[in-house]
Amino acid sequence: MDLKLKIWRQANQNTKGELKDYAIKNVSADSSFLEMMDQLNEELIEKNEEPVVFDHDCREGICGMCSLHINGEPHGPQNATTTCQLHMRSFKDGDTIFIEPWRSRAFPVIKDLSVDRGAFDRIIESGGYVSVNTSGNTLDANALPVPKANADEAFNSATCIGCGACVAACPNASAMLFVSAKVSQLSLLPQGKVEAKERVLNMVNQMDLEGFGNCSNVGACTEECPKEISLENIARMNREYLGASLASSK
Amino acid sequence: MAITGLFLISFLIVHLLGNLQLLDLSIEGQEKFNAYAKFMTSFPLIKIVSYFLYASILFHAVDGIVLVMQNRKARPERYKSWKPNNNSIWASRNMGLLGTIILAFIIMHMGQFWYQMHWGEIGVDAQGNKDLATVVIKTYQDGTAGMIIVALYVISMAAIGFHLWHGFASAFQTFGLNHKRYNPIIEKLGYGISVLIPLAYAFIPVFILMAKN
Repeated sequence: MDLKLKIWRQANQNTKGELKDYAIKNVSADSSFLEMMDQLNEELIEKNEEPVVFDHDCREGICGMCSLHINGEPHGPQNATTTCQLHMRSFKDGDTIFIEPWRSRAFPVIKDLSVDRGAFDRIIESGGYVSVNTSGNTLDANALPVPKANADEAFNSATCIGCGACVAACPNASAMLFVSAKVSQLSLLPQGKVEAKERVLNMVNQMDLEGFGNCSNVGACTEECPKEISLENIARMNREYLGASLASSK
Repeated sequence: MAITGLFLISFLIVHLLGNLQLLDLSIEGQEKFNAYAKFMTSFPLIKIVSYFLYASILFHAVDGIVLVMQNRKARPERYKSWKPNNNSIWASRNMGLLGTIILAFIIMHMGQFWYQMHWGEIGVDAQGNKDLATVVIKTYQDGTAGMIIVALYVISMAAIGFHLWHGFASAFQTFGLNHKRYNPIIEKLGYGISVLIPLAYAFIPVFILMAKN
């Protein structure tokens, strides 16, 4: 298939970017979206032009590295799919495809389509862990009873790959779905309960410091999430935050 | 937003029940309404609640404006291609716009009736109460001006409908009340009140306008 591409090109964080038009021919319907981008970049390199920078790593839909705002939606038109798992059969011959980076003050553009998602790392650093003494006294995992329902729910929350599509989709560029999934996956388990109050306060505080917007319960995040992380996580975090604010010992 | 929002919804219901008395356009009906208006503006407990209500409206509006400004700043560069209808409903993304329409309506509405009741020069009915019913009826039956006011009223009620369509269930999510068993009830209740409350409100001035002849 032949396609017209409108791709955001931006030299670095401090320059202004713009959409540039590209035409690409003979794209296989069976290739992935990123393979189509590879094909374009090879053509650009052969023409001595600057290839388009975009993020990718595992290309199996599990690492959370790929991004891209495709035709007005994060990770493109297919639900519950990362960009690397999106295939060109989702498009038609002759289509024009807009390709833009995630847009958020907290995710500055590094170059072209690649954005700095370090804000997510700093949120995790602020509390997204369990402090465990690993000096030879580690308990067997099955020594702590966990109800099946909680284990399943924690697992669902933990499937968040931290790609940032929730922020990209949110009209407010809010990171609540990501942060709430990371809060939930720990607070639902006995090991995580110990530090639950401090964790939710610290992570929400860091989220606000990073400059994300506020949650107004629009729900675009969960619709665009490649892992279908549920809004229940946000409600759980709101509950925990309220409880911790009122009852934290600090 | 959620606490004040739910409080304002409870006000909408109480205010509607009071207003429905205006559907009785007989002299006795008008006098009943005037007595009710006097009670609502003089009974101490209701006065306390009314000050709380003014504060809630102001807080809800100011907090809403602050949130909209913060959220705009959170995305300085907008998308060139943006298809939000694929992932969310229009009302949920335009609560600020809807709220602005509602605030403008509240100012007009309070100017027309609340201000008149407290400080305006209005006559008294046979029972000696301020004749607010006549002020209301005259406002809506005042020829072309009345029709414009009724139209603005109906449009504003539509804005309240859309505002509640998102706002009611959203408030519960903010409190962390999200449960598979209760979500459908909360959602349906929200959709129900967001249709019925504005419809019932809008019916009153339309009814009064139609009753002119």
